[in-house]
Amino acid sequence: MINTLNYLTETASQTAGPYVHIGLIPGQAGFDIFENNFSNIMVTPETLGERITVEGRVFDGSGTLVRDVLVEVWQANAAGRYNHPADTQNKPIDPSFRGWGRAGSDFETGVFSFETIKPGCVTNPDGRTGAPHLSVWLVSRGINIGLQTRLYFADEAEANANDPVLRMIELQARRATLIASRSERDGKAIYSLDIHLQGPDETVFFDF
Amino acid sequence: MSDQTRANAPTPYHPAQGNVGFYQRNRDVQPAAFTAIYKTSTLRSPRNALLSLPSCLSEFTGPVFGHNELGALDNDLIRNFAKTGDPIGERILVHGRVLDENAKPVRCALVEFWQANAGGRYRHKNDTYLAPIDPNFGGCGRALTDNDGYYFFRTIKPGPYPWRNYVNSWRPAHIHFSLFGTGFAQRLVTQMYFEGDPLIKICPIVNTIPDASAIERLIAPLDLNAAAPMDLLAYRFDMVLRGSRSTLFENKLAGN
Ligand SMILES: [Fe+3]
Repeated sequence: MINTLNYLTETASQTAGPYVHIGLIPGQAGFDIFENNFSNIMVTPETLGERITVEGRVFDGSGTLVRDVLVEVWQANAAGRYNHPADTQNKPIDPSFRGWGRAGSDFETGVFSFETIKPGCVTNPDGRTGAPHLSVWLVSRGINIGLQTRLYFADEAEANANDPVLRMIELQARRATLIASRSERDGKAIYSLDIHLQGPDETVFFDF
Repeated sequence: MSDQTRANAPTPYHPAQGNVGFYQRNRDVQPAAFTAIYKTSTLRSPRNALLSLPSCLSEFTGPVFGHNELGALDNDLIRNFAKTGDPIGERILVHGRVLDENAKPVRCALVEFWQANAGGRYRHKNDTYLAPIDPNFGGCGRALTDNDGYYFFRTIKPGPYPWRNYVNSWRPAHIHFSLFGTGFAQRLVTQMYFEGDPLIKICPIVNTIPDASAIERLIAPLDLNAAAPMDLLAYRFDMVLRGSRSTLFENKLAGN
């Protein structure tokens, strides 16, 4: 008999279901239970960096709005540093910025949004520097295993052109599915991105 | 920037050096995106192949949570929404460990859970099932794992409920779980089932999982040893998150 490898196997995923809001954002389910709630407001007045709103909608394969999605984002701070011990870049941590937010699509409009700051560029341990981006994860009824994607910024064309992840997307047209457009509303920067779960404009999803 | 990275890099060679990332996800035990038996997945499943890339720092890192963020009753669903008394139903303790694929405990992992009440009804504005809302039951809670990866919470055993898939589809009794590891690519949502429930084997959502042993690992056994006599029964539920490729290297550093 050969030697054995004593690895465990990752637990199987199951859909978050239609009532995911109860567990993760109970306010949207219609009641108040925790003293401290996680939310889509990722900044405090002390957070460093350019204030931005990131918003989007999710569509299914028929082009219908999906209005029961839960979206989370994870990002570096304005200096391009993750608030995490495995990030050993020589850049400052911003104690006023965790870099993580959670939002539900609105049950009526289907819009999700985050109040955050524009992240800086991150240099990976292998020396490759990426364009500013948010890591995005979404779950809902009908999604069997959480989908991972990314959001890049349209006004970073040069950095995007050199981004090691974007460059791995062979079909140029599909890269555009990850790039949020910039507009202004009441003097504030808004980045908008629609996510398509399926269909001709299907978003690029990753298996990192 | 890369000069700085190199200056900080430890010198002894190890194959995992500078190699951030997790073991590749075993897709043989994970549900596919499109599973015809679970009808809602039809239009909500990407049809292109996922783009497989080694993790960058972006997905190897993730949010860090602290004990000060949770309230004292967050892991007590019997009391965290009690208004006029205890909720109706079978009192239970759910407990277990969060490990990674290297069998190492995941410490300070945020574990969140939500469920229907004893009658199978969720306290959610979109749930219109005819079973009654329990005025004393919210149905959600959360915990942080300790140094052994251990978590526990007290609750009421949820009831099964009907849903629109086939004409007569019923969910087995279940508790939903959401888990964070140390990296965003470990993010996982799953469901726990109860030993002996006859609805498990005919559930389309359970059967999105292609591997029989992976389904069995979602079924919590009755754990009489952890029950409190004359008070509550207990179920044991361990969960596993993706393993980190750099673990060998960390161990080596710790051993030196
Ligand atoms: Fe459920």
